[in-house]
Amino acid sequence: MNSADFLAMLPHLVLGVAIVLLMLVIAFIRNHALTATLTALSMLASLLAIGPSLEALPRQVTPLYIFDAFGAYFTGLILIAGICTVVFSYRYLQGRRGDPDEYYLLLAIATFGAITMVETTHFAAFLLGLEILSISLYVLIAYPEEGHVPLEAGVKYLVLSGVASTTILFGLALLYNATGSMAFQAAERALTDQPNYEVYVVAGNMLVFGGLAFKLSLVPFHMWTPDVYQGAPAPISGFIATVSKGAVVALVYRYLIGGDGLDNDALVTALSAIAIASMVIGNLLALMQRDFKRILAYSSIAHLGYLMIALLAINALATLDFAVEAGLIYLAAYFAMTLAAFGIVTLLSSSEQDAGDLEYYEGLFWRQPWVAGVLTITLLSLAGIPMTVGFIAKFYLFGAGIEGSMYTLLWALIVGSAIGIFYYLRVIFIMTHRPESTLRNERPVARGAFAVICLLGLTVLAFGVYPTPLIVLVGMAISGMGG
Amino acid sequence: MITAWLILILLVGGLLAALIARWQPGASRWVSLLSLLLAGYGLLEVWLAGQPATPSEQIIYASLSAEWIPRFGIQVLLVMDGLSLLMVALTLFLGVVAVLSSWTEIEHRAGFFQLNLLWILAGVVGVFTAMDLFLFFLFWEVMLVPMYFLIAIWGHEDRAYAAMKFFLFTQISSLLMLFAIIGLAFAHYASTGTLTFNYFDLLGTQLTPELATYLMLGFFIAFMVKLPGVPFHTWLPDAHTQAPTAGSVILAGILLKTGAYGLIRFVLPLFPDAALRFRWPAMLLGAVSIVYGGYMAFAQTDFKRLVAYSSVSHMGFVLLGVFAWTQVAVQGAVMQMIAHGFSTAALFMMAGALQQRLHTREMARMGGLWMHAPRMGAIALFFIVASLGMPGLGNFVGEFMVLLGAFEVDVPLTVAAALGLVVAAVYGLSLMQRTFQGPPNPELAGMRDFGARETGIMLLMAAGLIWLGVYPQPVLEVSGPVVEMLRGAGAP
Repeated sequence: MNSADFLAMLPHLVLGVAIVLLMLVIAFIRNHALTATLTALSMLASLLAIGPSLEALPRQVTPLYIFDAFGAYFTGLILIAGICTVVFSYRYLQGRRGDPDEYYLLLAIATFGAITMVETTHFAAFLLGLEILSISLYVLIAYPEEGHVPLEAGVKYLVLSGVASTTILFGLALLYNATGSMAFQAAERALTDQPNYEVYVVAGNMLVFGGLAFKLSLVPFHMWTPDVYQGAPAPISGFIATVSKGAVVALVYRYLIGGDGLDNDALVTALSAIAIASMVIGNLLALMQRDFKRILAYSSIAHLGYLMIALLAINALATLDFAVEAGLIYLAAYFAMTLAAFGIVTLLSSSEQDAGDLEYYEGLFWRQPWVAGVLTITLLSLAGIPMTVGFIAKFYLFGAGIEGSMYTLLWALIVGSAIGIFYYLRVIFIMTHRPESTLRNERPVARGAFAVICLLGLTVLAFGVYPTPLIVLVGMAISGMGG
Repeated sequence: MITAWLILILLVGGLLAALIARWQPGASRWVSLLSLLLAGYGLLEVWLAGQPATPSEQIIYASLSAEWIPRFGIQVLLVMDGLSLLMVALTLFLGVVAVLSSWTEIEHRAGFFQLNLLWILAGVVGVFTAMDLFLFFLFWEVMLVPMYFLIAIWGHEDRAYAAMKFFLFTQISSLLMLFAIIGLAFAHYASTGTLTFNYFDLLGTQLTPELATYLMLGFFIAFMVKLPGVPFHTWLPDAHTQAPTAGSVILAGILLKTGAYGLIRFVLPLFPDAALRFRWPAMLLGAVSIVYGGYMAFAQTDFKRLVAYSSVSHMGFVLLGVFAWTQVAVQGAVMQMIAHGFSTAALFMMAGALQQRLHTREMARMGGLWMHAPRMGAIALFFIVASLGMPGLGNFVGEFMVLLGAFEVDVPLTVAAALGLVVAAVYGLSLMQRTFQGPPNPELAGMRDFGARETGIMLLMAAGLIWLGVYPQPVLEVSGPVVEMLRGAGAP
């Protein structure tokens, strides 16, 4: 290893060292505000470290890691999401019993796991990152001591996520058996070199994608999502929806591009079916919910289904760059919308209960017009209405789908979006109800969380009206893709 | 440049109205009115500045073009030609009417109401002037959201259902249009190598007949829903009935015209062959809309629902005229759009005024109102006969030209459509009979007649209809060259 290697991995080093320091600080001083601030600052420092690290990219560091602009893009997204989550968590945990310092430590570690996953084309490092992320999440989900709901959610996630990890492991073992290598690129070579092993490669791929589909909560591997989102603390639900899924998406991209993993009709058919099922069933089930967190859970299932269009478009090689571009744009949009939505849930939650039930949102327009305004923008963006970044993202998917002639998927997208409008609008409508006299006594608005939510809302609008900076950024991430 | 200013004036005016309402709720309507008048003044200047040298010259009154998303060749391209000018003028005029008609009706959150009102109008002005398909789609959708709020917050008893239905219908159909827009742009990209959403570049794109048909249908369905034409009309009676008066005025007077405008501007010029292959079914739908809308209007007991169904019938003439695609028929359709804007807006205002006074829209509880409110009665009679196509008023000119133009193309359908005039007389006169004539209801004796403000607006619209009916030439001169250009666009 030389200095260029260290420069390339600067964001990781910064966050890693910060985590150790954070642990030491907590050992001596337990102070909620201090810990939260330090966590946010270490993530911010890591985010800023991306800047200087760019000049050393792309760079392969040991067979395990590849640092490139593509990974830097994801690292940036994940760190921003991490910072937002810290701010929301501070608001969420304020006024609750106990010292929540470990919570922030775990959050930082989970973030570290996620940024590890996006910089690798090797199975070992991928599994390492995935487990660092998942194990931290088990604890974070079950963190609130009150009530059995978070505990139930935590255990559910623990068991199912464990099964998914095992499935992935078994798939990796089969792939290793066929190729003798743990690098993503090996699968393709094996298919051409040793056709006899094709069955291992296909079966291995299926198992790996099954496990990943669980992490992405695609139908039919979605059962855990609503319960976990509902039971987990609101900021953590947002973290799972964005960071944990975003990291897996990065990984799938690397796997599909590097390993040419979709060069198989059976796999394409299976993934298309999963995508269509996610879009349609996710939206249909969201219709029946009375709990906003559950609505967001099903909506995230549907959105990941939409995102699959971009992933599957890689298959049509002519659109490779455009397919990746569509996916990265979609993911950025999804991050902003989802974080804003869960941030608002956090903001409206009392210290006893999360603002899950839709009655928390009755007449919000007249009680807290700014919060309601941001939530309206967010929901319209999730529904894909123009002037919001959600529309730009959907526009990309339409473009990718039409160029790749994937009309069945596009029909599912249209049907899914149509159903989606219904439940997003219902929440907006509930917010417009005339104010009732029975107002619940609400906590004063937290300035930090409120500012972050407004920023996210502004981002959704700004990139919706003028997406060029985002497009340029994504273009740089793609052209700087290594490996 | 002026087109961007018009949109900006409306957007900023809306924000100001919402802000000022915090200190002085009553002031927001003044802000609203002033910004509409300012925009109207700007438009007048443009109109006067752009007088043609010869009557057949095609004039571009104003245009603005700027890079927006170079990645996809998307521009901010706002062009105002004769057709756009007429439609924007109608929009601003009815905007003023809408503000005045809701002067005293809205008490709850008046500032936010004016914000939504002006933002709808901004979106509509954008729709009528955007010549980049991406930008057009953006405005097309943006006008939906404030309209949704208008119905959902200030609507009547069943507003949740109506607002949702309105939004779902338009949104789903516009997803199909988005599909078609991107499909068209990519087809153009495939044949020429440049990705663009510029309307003028996309005219004359080489398409296989099959693809052209699919893309044409994507646009057609979106515009049919907005128009609305049978069988996509079912959202309209609900939305109209539940919307507040200003909402109905805008919905009937302006939003429906965006659908008709889309057919004239996009469907036929962009896909001339596919659209003309589709001519007969489309004209049939037009004729069916005319007769069915009239038939349904007659069966209603709710004042607003009756007027709403009559809109379906009148917009059927537009559909018929557009797809006949002869010069006379299309110009007739444009005339019908403007005249219908006036007459229907006036009738919805009448319904709103009655509801404000009687707290009902049921015609069974009215009757003999002329006794109590003679001014209202006379005005209602005027607009009802205008709406049923009395010669000398604007609607007659529009319908007559449409029938004249369609006659050259398809005689049986034209004959069927002409039946609509008979049906219109039936429901129109029965509306008059059931509300203003007949035995007076003594409970309603204290009813207030129209005041100066309401009479003034109504007389203004009446004057407009008489002008259109007696001397339609100025309007025909403005729309003529554009229609000629559009008809020529697809010709080989």
